[in-house]
Amino acid sequence: MRVKILVRLKKQILEPQGKNIEECLNNLGFSECGNVRQGKLIELDLPEDIKDKSTYIKDICGKLLVNDIIEEYEVL
Amino acid sequence: MPLSSAVITFPGSNCDRDAQTYLELITGQVPHKIWHNDQIIPKVDIIIIPGGFSFGDYLRSGAMASKSPIIKEVLKHSERGGYVLGICNGFQILTEIGLLSGALNRNVKLKFIAKNCHIKKNNENFFNKKIQNDKILSIPVAHNEGSYYNSEEGLKSLEDNEQVAFLYCDKDGNSNNESNINGSLNHIAGITNKEKNVLGLMPHPERAFQDFHQSQDGQLILESLIS
Repeated sequence: MRVKILVRLKKQILEPQGKNIEECLNNLGFSECGNVRQGKLIELDLPEDIKDKSTYIKDICGKLLVNDIIEEYEVL
Repeated sequence: MPLSSAVITFPGSNCDRDAQTYLELITGQVPHKIWHNDQIIPKVDIIIIPGGFSFGDYLRSGAMASKSPIIKEVLKHSERGGYVLGICNGFQILTEIGLLSGALNRNVKLKFIAKNCHIKKNNENFFNKKIQNDKILSIPVAHNEGSYYNSEEGLKSLEDNEQVAFLYCDKDGNSNNESNINGSLNHIAGITNKEKNVLGLMPHPERAFQDFHQSQDGQLILESLIS
């Protein structure tokens, strides 16, 4: 089973890359685009029969994939 | 007091040799050179985690290095009160390990900053006790992710426990938005743990101590530990 985990900076943290992308889009004429934020997508394979998938994902996110001081995640 | 030392090298470290020279010339003792996959660090007074781009800064700066086998030795060393100095990427690694509170984000202006900057002592600790309160240090920085962040509670706890070791400032000692080169919260350039034996610092003292360097202010940090 393919698992997709979306990791992004928490909302209250300034995300300068997104801000820069937003300015670029606006300069290209896409003036409707606002509040752009960039995150990262991590994809991985897990066995279909894995026990307690959500606890497992919480564990890998907590131990490596996500720094919970600055980031949050959701499983897509 | 002679100071025995060790420097850890990770794949992608690039300030390890500078850190070794810094330790050797100021303490008079050759530091142990430790590879990240080693299992043991001999008993020393100080461990330096040097700057660079460990593991290519993949995932987050310092994230992969913080899982290296040698880290358990760093934890043991700090628990028994040994000094740890994390410089630049070393600071990022120390936050990822959890020895220091907070995190380092992308510089607010999205630029890699490589220049001399000014910092001043804030709360006193083992690493800055030889530095006069009104001394403005000129020390180079070279980083892309140096913007210090912590939660409101985390920041309050740092300040309540007097863990903010160094602040960015201008040449006259004023800390403001102009002198804050990377957007760090409260102008923070370096912090310690609660026990004050672990220091994380974005500027590079190991690039400011020899005659041919533009500044020799980096000496003061090691000399504080020796005195």
